[in-house]
Amino acid sequence: MLRFLATRLARAALTIAMVVTFAFVVLRLSGDPAQIIMGADAPPEAVDAFRSAWGLDEPIWVQYFSYFWAILQGDLGRSMRDGRDAIVLVTERIPATLALTLPALAIKICLGIPAGIYAALHRNSLADRVVMIIAVAGFTVPSFVLGLLLVLVFAVQLGWLPSGGQESWRHGILPVITLGLGGAAVLARFTRSAMLEVLGQPYIRTASAKGVPWRAVVTGHALPNAAIPTVTIIGFMVGTLIAGAVVVESVFSWPGVGRLLVVAVANRDLAVVQCILLLVAITMVCANLIVDLLYGLLDPRLRAAPRKAA
Amino acid sequence: MKAGGALLEAEGLVRRYAMRRGLLGRAVEVRAVDGVSLKLERGRTLGLVGESGCGKSTTGRLVLGMETPDAGRVSFDGAVMPQPGSAAWRAMRARMQMVFQDPLGALDRRLPIATQVGEPIEIHGIGARSERAARVETLLRAVGLRPDQGARYPHELSGGQRQRAVLARALATDPALLVCDEPISALDVSIQAQVMNLLVDLQEQFGTAMLFVSHDLRAVRQVSHRVAVMYLGRIVEEGEPDGVLHEPAHPYSRALVSAIPHPGRAGQRIVLQGDPPNPADRPSGCAFHPRCPVATSLCARETPALKARPDGRLVACHVAHGEVSAGQGHARQEAA
Amino acid sequence: MPEAPLVITAPTAPTKTRRKAPPALVIFGIGWLMLMLIVALLADILAPYAYTALDLRNRLSPPILLGGTWLHPLGTDELGRDVLSRLIYSIRTSLLIAFGATIIGAAVGTSLGFLAAHFRGFIEQAVLALVDFSASLPFLILALAVLAFFGNSLLLLVCLLGLHAWERYARIARGLALAAGTQGYAAAVRGLGASPWRIYGRHVLPNIASTLIVSMTLAFPEVILLESGLSFLGLGVQPPETSLGSMVGYGREYLTRAPWILLAPASTIVLTTLSVSLIGDWLRDGLDPTLR
Repeated sequence: MLRFLATRLARAALTIAMVVTFAFVVLRLSGDPAQIIMGADAPPEAVDAFRSAWGLDEPIWVQYFSYFWAILQGDLGRSMRDGRDAIVLVTERIPATLALTLPALAIKICLGIPAGIYAALHRNSLADRVVMIIAVAGFTVPSFVLGLLLVLVFAVQLGWLPSGGQESWRHGILPVITLGLGGAAVLARFTRSAMLEVLGQPYIRTASAKGVPWRAVVTGHALPNAAIPTVTIIGFMVGTLIAGAVVVESVFSWPGVGRLLVVAVANRDLAVVQCILLLVAITMVCANLIVDLLYGLLDPRLRAAPRKAA
Repeated sequence: MKAGGALLEAEGLVRRYAMRRGLLGRAVEVRAVDGVSLKLERGRTLGLVGESGCGKSTTGRLVLGMETPDAGRVSFDGAVMPQPGSAAWRAMRARMQMVFQDPLGALDRRLPIATQVGEPIEIHGIGARSERAARVETLLRAVGLRPDQGARYPHELSGGQRQRAVLARALATDPALLVCDEPISALDVSIQAQVMNLLVDLQEQFGTAMLFVSHDLRAVRQVSHRVAVMYLGRIVEEGEPDGVLHEPAHPYSRALVSAIPHPGRAGQRIVLQGDPPNPADRPSGCAFHPRCPVATSLCARETPALKARPDGRLVACHVAHGEVSAGQGHARQEAA
Repeated sequence: MPEAPLVITAPTAPTKTRRKAPPALVIFGIGWLMLMLIVALLADILAPYAYTALDLRNRLSPPILLGGTWLHPLGTDELGRDVLSRLIYSIRTSLLIAFGATIIGAAVGTSLGFLAAHFRGFIEQAVLALVDFSASLPFLILALAVLAFFGNSLLLLVCLLGLHAWERYARIARGLALAAGTQGYAAAVRGLGASPWRIYGRHVLPNIASTLIVSMTLAFPEVILLESGLSFLGLGVQPPETSLGSMVGYGREYLTRAPWILLAPASTIVLTTLSVSLIGDWLRDGLDPTLR
């Protein structure tokens, strides 16, 4: 088990290092950041001054190592717009994003999984078809369309809820519902197919034929086995807690990390962009690590044999 | 082609695999093939017999050059076997081919049989394009298939027909050597005899040398001019098929032969004690000694070499050569 | 809760030929997709106006059913541009991007998968590390980051979107190539003396083509959704080009006064992704029930 943990940690560290390198490479490949920020018609002296102020005139290897070193120390640069530390800018927005994504995650799990299980157990019934239709709708209707539709109905026509901003808790209802419904649909569809796959296995039929009550077959055999792939998806959703609301935040003008990212991209505020990039990568990698650990606990086959490379 | 000299010579072949035991275990070395030497003359058949895991399939692959041995070498027609995957190796394929156990897996399910039988001809550019169809037809007929069956897909044929198609493809370039790895194991018993006879006929017709790998001693005897018995990666006995079958010299061969059901023979069935061998955990000395009914303490210490008896039979056994009188069998000391 | 039936049928073996007619929804999907393709191909002929043509006197005029005229059947936007024409051109742009991206992704992914399967060793580890890297970031974030760094061009957008699902194709290609390689037909053909090009080109690729195509049909709607999302945020297709997502983005300002500006492209997005998803699911069930 220890060896397994060590290899996973090493891989996680390698992945994060790759993300950092990727950010650096892409940053340098994209042309001279100084020129881009200052604009095409800035005087050359101003561009040079900018460049040396940001350390952009040193050889590439030096830049890479100082970049890496700075990141390890937690210094992710300053926003090129207002000069504040990028990491401060980003972290002060995290609570706002979590205020949306955490309740949404709760909705996804509490709505999606039971719906999927129910649909799988009552295959081809009316409930199953309804769940499937909603699930497909959740997959094909993009979040911004759903959000705008909800705004159209509840804010504009009915006037029950506000349409944007973050003034009160009521402002959060529509964004949370938008996020939650979409994810719940995906999760329902996935859980249903995972359950169906497990239910089709011979050992389920055997257990049932042995006289085990159906309820016990489901809870004792089907659910634990279907849990394994479902955990992966939930892990992914947890991994996107910070970054999963980019579009929704823009639709509802919610001041979270996602909105910051969109603005930063539009302004090519590279420090902020790479800060968010790293933050998201770390979150995802941690979530994947936890999922892998859970896998090892849930699936006894994996405890005995060495893990295959994906 | 060099006149005289064996077609195929393998000396001291060794093939090792590294296996990791469990999550935290050490790397363990498995010797699938541990010092195998053999010789094959043109147009003759050598049968290679043994249990699963004794290394006979690996030997077959080594002989064809599909894997590189960790020690020892293979020479074909006097020339050393090139590296697998190299252009020289690919060109040599025209002269040596393999027939697999699973004919369905060996065929591309999307292409009709005739296309696949003709593929080696296409790859090696043999003959004019206009003659190729005729050549394919000849090959199909030679293996007992009708030319119209060439338009069928693999899954539309029976197991026996598929194996014939694989044979036709293997013979397309008129190879000098054919390695058959359990070619009949996946077939119905009634078809097995047909395919065996076909192999004998084809050898007569084409003059192909064959290495026939199988666990079925009777089948091997039917087609082979010489038989070699393998155990845990080594050849323990080699000789004329009838000799090995009726008067096996090595205790393992004796056990194998006694297991063949024979109507009317009231012979004693030799049941081996102990567990089937684990290649990752080789016994010391003679690999067979833990299960051998006549093992002695010498057998646990010294590995017997494959030596010739006066009558020409090759045996790797201290007892069989009379170096030591037969013992009572040796209880295996469990490794710490 | 009703008792589930004790008879649970085992999964049926995959059949190569489809015996039954496709279900009604799939037929609808195929029909809609055909319509979209025709619109995309014949955009120049079908559109009554150019997508940048202004008609300032008829700004924000409603569509037919809400009191408008046949002059602008789907209404106009804030600059008087005809919604129908813009919709038609947007369909073309979005579909073009989606097709291009899907094909690029499939080509890149399959090639990398083959390389990993063929060479093993270091190259395989490198490809797997790349897969890890892709999986470590939600694609939207990655795309946004690249767009921030490189600015925006249509070519970059298409390539970027193409790479969103590359690891799926790589996994499929690698897995199936490995299976074929060790014990299967690829090993047999290699034993015949075939060169690697021949093995992969004439044998492995045709055999995995159906699985790849199913993956492509499932990835196609994802590309449409991604591109719409990016364009909605103003970071995808840039003006004067127009795509379905960017139409929704512009229409957002006028959600209260002129909802038709965004409803038309929004419903097109939904119906198109629905159609391709339905077709993809049906193909997958028919060709490869092992892929779930």
